[in-house]
Amino acid sequence: MRRVATFVASVAVLALAATTASAGATVRPAGSTGTTTITIWTGFTGRELGIIKGVISQFEKTHPTIAVKTVGGISDDKIVAAIRSGTAPDVTQSFTADNTGSFCSTGAWIDLGPYMKKDHLSASMFPTASAYYTQFKGTRCALPMLADVYGLYYNKALFAKAGIARPPRTIAELTADAKKLTQRDASGKITVIGFNPFLAWYENAESHFAPMWGARWTNAEGRSTLNTPQWRAFLTWQKQLVDWYGYDNLVRFNASAGDEFTANNAFERGKVAMILDGEWRVAFIKAEHPELKYGTAPLPTASAKLFGSGYTTGNIIGIPKTAPHKAEAWQLVKYLATSTKAEATLSNELRNVPTTKAALHSKLIKPDRQFATFLTIFANPYTTTTPITAAGAAYQELFASWTTKWQAGKEKNLAAGLAAVDKQIDDQLANQTGGGVP
Amino acid sequence: MTTSAAGAALAPARVAADRRRARRRAAWRRRGLVLLFMSPWIAGFGVFFGYPLVMSAYLSLNHYDLLSAPRWVGLANYRYLFHGDPLVWPAAKNTLWLVAFMVPLQVLFAFGIAQMVARARRGVGVFRTVFYLPALAPPVAATLGFVYILNPATGPVNAALSHLGIEGPLWFNSPTWSKPSLVLLGLWGIGNTMIIFLAAIIDVPKHLYESAELDGAGPLRRLVYVTLPTISPVILFAVVIGVIDAMQYFTQAYVAADIASGSASNAASGANNLGYPEDSTLFYPVLLYQQGFRYFNMGYASAMAMVLLAVALAFVLLIVRHSRRWVHYQGGGK
Repeated sequence: MRRVATFVASVAVLALAATTASAGATVRPAGSTGTTTITIWTGFTGRELGIIKGVISQFEKTHPTIAVKTVGGISDDKIVAAIRSGTAPDVTQSFTADNTGSFCSTGAWIDLGPYMKKDHLSASMFPTASAYYTQFKGTRCALPMLADVYGLYYNKALFAKAGIARPPRTIAELTADAKKLTQRDASGKITVIGFNPFLAWYENAESHFAPMWGARWTNAEGRSTLNTPQWRAFLTWQKQLVDWYGYDNLVRFNASAGDEFTANNAFERGKVAMILDGEWRVAFIKAEHPELKYGTAPLPTASAKLFGSGYTTGNIIGIPKTAPHKAEAWQLVKYLATSTKAEATLSNELRNVPTTKAALHSKLIKPDRQFATFLTIFANPYTTTTPITAAGAAYQELFASWTTKWQAGKEKNLAAGLAAVDKQIDDQLANQTGGGVP
Repeated sequence: MTTSAAGAALAPARVAADRRRARRRAAWRRRGLVLLFMSPWIAGFGVFFGYPLVMSAYLSLNHYDLLSAPRWVGLANYRYLFHGDPLVWPAAKNTLWLVAFMVPLQVLFAFGIAQMVARARRGVGVFRTVFYLPALAPPVAATLGFVYILNPATGPVNAALSHLGIEGPLWFNSPTWSKPSLVLLGLWGIGNTMIIFLAAIIDVPKHLYESAELDGAGPLRRLVYVTLPTISPVILFAVVIGVIDAMQYFTQAYVAADIASGSASNAASGANNLGYPEDSTLFYPVLLYQQGFRYFNMGYASAMAMVLLAVALAFVLLIVRHSRRWVHYQGGGK
């Protein structure tokens, strides 16, 4: 009995010590050093991470009681694993809004609504698309921190050589220019490509092409709507252009194209005349190939009404539910997502689009001619983003799985194939939300 | 008198009872000691196998997104697996392709190399090292190397083929060639199995070969009637391990798809290139990873894992049962 009592007492003492130690680790005693150190995880790396750190050092100057440790190169997988194991940092920034649905619906990222209300901030300060992809079913667990906008980059030297005066505005012009700009060697292999229609190459995602045809992912009930005239028109055009180049020729060209996010990028090396890409390429070209003569424009569209629009998504920033210093974390989130000065600095240096209306119209934003195109696209009323679901990007990946077979010529019946993918997506979403097969 | 007589009669019974108690205590002490010595294994087995297995079985009956508490859905995950998920069957077919082609080729190749090394008269150490060394390369690094040398546009293999007037295949970029490319990678790194075969071949008693030779058996007959039966337990081992490895094939497929598709550095992209090209490298464990860790659909991924366990178990039982016909143990044991 005495042994049991001794054992229980020992466990109690150890537990108390552990609790005290744990509490000591999470709450810094007031007045010990006067500052609280918080950690932010971000997806940025290399040159871009340096820019983020520069802006965060500005935050530290205006918030002298908060020190920030910045960790770059973090993916969503790591964020989720850390939240599960209770080792998540104070602030997490993700490159993709696709997981907003799961972060918000599960409470993995805390609801920022009460913090915003307390500081008299409203979601109306963000452009519509950015406000949409940072919430899920009314729960705002994230704020937008810079947006990505997609447009057309074109090589002016190759255009001049081919006698083309301006970038294309219609799909027909895009097709004609793509063919005219393409160069092949004696064996027929592509040496310079006019426009590469191969899906899954660089930024050639279905979602990035969709606004060119005004294609929508879901209907009002949230059911998948891929088997619609807009998607069919896009895929028909895409397959015809793939066939014109030759599927194998395109695969060989892609294998030699060089890594997208290095100085070997095929557009930066003059191997691609026109390319669908994000606004960040402006900064990459400036850093890696400043000699390149290029221009930017909105993507060509199937109807004149849509011209000037494009696809947008963006980085999201939030506070994990296990964050040790939520109050200080909110100060950093608020600064990075809503401070006009921070947004303007980040936009000017990263060449990402700012995500507050105030920053978009601020004189602090200094767009060059190439970058200004993307600010215009972002402001276009027909610019769209992708649906936020509890299943993340699963619907896009199921579609991409089918389109890779389509462009290879393995799928012959477009309408039937798209109808089947619609059903697969609806089934996946139902299973993901725990409903089983409908 | 009566009392003392009864006491005398009870004394031996008490002694016997005491002995029984002592024996029982000793037996418990022995069991305790055995348990003490086994405790590291029991703890390891429980933590790393037993608990995950039980939890996987439980989670397979739940909707679980990794971030909120599991929610009971009964057999819904299994229904979706067998009747709803369009990628399960292509993934299963890809995995079965590996079992059908990669495993036999690996066993044959490892055996062939071991035979050659065992027969080498000079430079045996060099040959052993050369053939074993690839097994030490980390799978990710080895895959990166293979994707580089088999790059259809810039790789040295296709460059060499073009000098011979042959247009090389698209290798990892072709749905027809992606799995054979992975098989080539698997054959290159077969060192571990080769070493086991080599040890078994060297261990075949010399007098068996001498007897066979005296009976007029040539090299082929000696191989078929002496070498193969003697090393048949090792062949069984290689086949069983190969099948299990093929069913769990993940790292090389993941890396090859990611690099060959050109998306490796694109951290911002939501695009998914698992299974590239055209789902030809979407093996069952890759799909399981996609569901569990990309879609955070861990309940469904657990159901997939339970089915994989059942299928792997069935395969192994089938092989072991069939092996009674062709595996010979020295000393006549079965």
